[in-house]
Amino acid sequence: MLRELCRKAFPKALWVYHCNTGACNGCDIEVINVLTPYYDAERFGIRLVGSPRHADAILVSGPVTRQVAPALQRLLDATPAPKLVFAIGSCACGGGAWFDTYSTLGGADRVIPVDYYIPGCPPRPEAILYGVALALGLVPKKVAAERMRQETLDELAQGISRAVSGFAEAAEGGGP
Amino acid sequence: MFLSKLREAWICLKAGQVTLPYPFEPHDPAPGFRGKISVDPDLCFGCGGCANVCPAGVIEIQDLDQYTRALTFRWSRCTYCGRCADVCPEQAIAMSPLYETATDRADDMVLRLEVFMGPCGRCGRCFSPAHPLERMMVTGFRDDTVGGRPEARSVGPLEVAGCLRPPPGLAAAGEGRAHAPEGGQP
Ligand code: SF4
Ligand code: SF4
Ligand code: SF4
Repeated sequence: MLRELCRKAFPKALWVYHCNTGACNGCDIEVINVLTPYYDAERFGIRLVGSPRHADAILVSGPVTRQVAPALQRLLDATPAPKLVFAIGSCACGGGAWFDTYSTLGGADRVIPVDYYIPGCPPRPEAILYGVALALGLVPKKVAAERMRQETLDELAQGISRAVSGFAEAAEGGGP
Repeated sequence: MFLSKLREAWICLKAGQVTLPYPFEPHDPAPGFRGKISVDPDLCFGCGGCANVCPAGVIEIQDLDQYTRALTFRWSRCTYCGRCADVCPEQAIAMSPLYETATDRADDMVLRLEVFMGPCGRCGRCFSPAHPLERMMVTGFRDDTVGGRPEARSVGPLEVAGCLRPPPGLAAAGEGRAHAPEGGQP
């Protein structure tokens, strides 16, 4: 329901607050990139604001370090509802290469609820725009959980017999 | 002064439209861009090399049973370094140019592949023969009834090249060994 409300409330103007919770600055630079005239996120009413109290959405980049986790929690509490949280970059999505180090807690979703994940290291500015457009309902989602398996013993055997009988039929039917 | 302002305005107008029409029109990345990993399920033979080199511990390997090795790619934390694609001897992993991977569900960023393995005729550990034809030979003639242990028959026991483990009669070989790096997150 919250998500529906967001979809209705946000298309006009999404004011974002960007917080770095331990990122290497790669993602932060890409976020700034998105706001340049070349990518021009202001087309969608997206503006960077200086205080979480003015924000509709929070952009989190970087793995959440132990030091910053309480501050991130307070930041979320300070943001008026309804609010969206975007995890930007592999670090914020799942912890990145620091997912199991002593000084970080892993991805942002370990500390605060995350609404949209934008993986990438760093994500292309287009990928960030795509994520925001996904939140605004402008573009369809392109990824889904994948599950693949190789054939087992029985399936291999069945496949072979089927293929052989198929060849035989084809040879009989197609012969002169 | 007025002239210089006019010149400035002219320069700005001459530039035309600089903003990309993205996301309403596609904007493909440059060649060589490393996007989301893609896996060819038929090529992988479960060697685990990719899991060894992955700096972010994206790839977890688990032996489910004697014949099945499960590779779980939790690519939400993938750093797109491409080492897995470089190291894979079968080129089963490739870096696709897909970058539009934003999603609202954490489960979407998981790829799971179950690799079918043949067990070594000597120690019973699973491995996969180098050639697909050999794989069919091993798997086609396996007899699961001998003492509860899989054994290759008719073609003679196939063994891991250089397998130094004792045959199952002498010592119990490890079963269902997990090769996943410890501390993987769910
Ligand atoms: S995802 Fe990559 S670029 Fe972004 S903060 Fe982490 S390491 Fe840096
Ligand atoms: S994907 Fe390649 S490197 Fe990884 S287990 Fe399969 S064959 Fe080995
Ligand atoms: S690209 Fe790098 S981080 Fe991603 S799965 Fe491959 S080795 Fe791991």
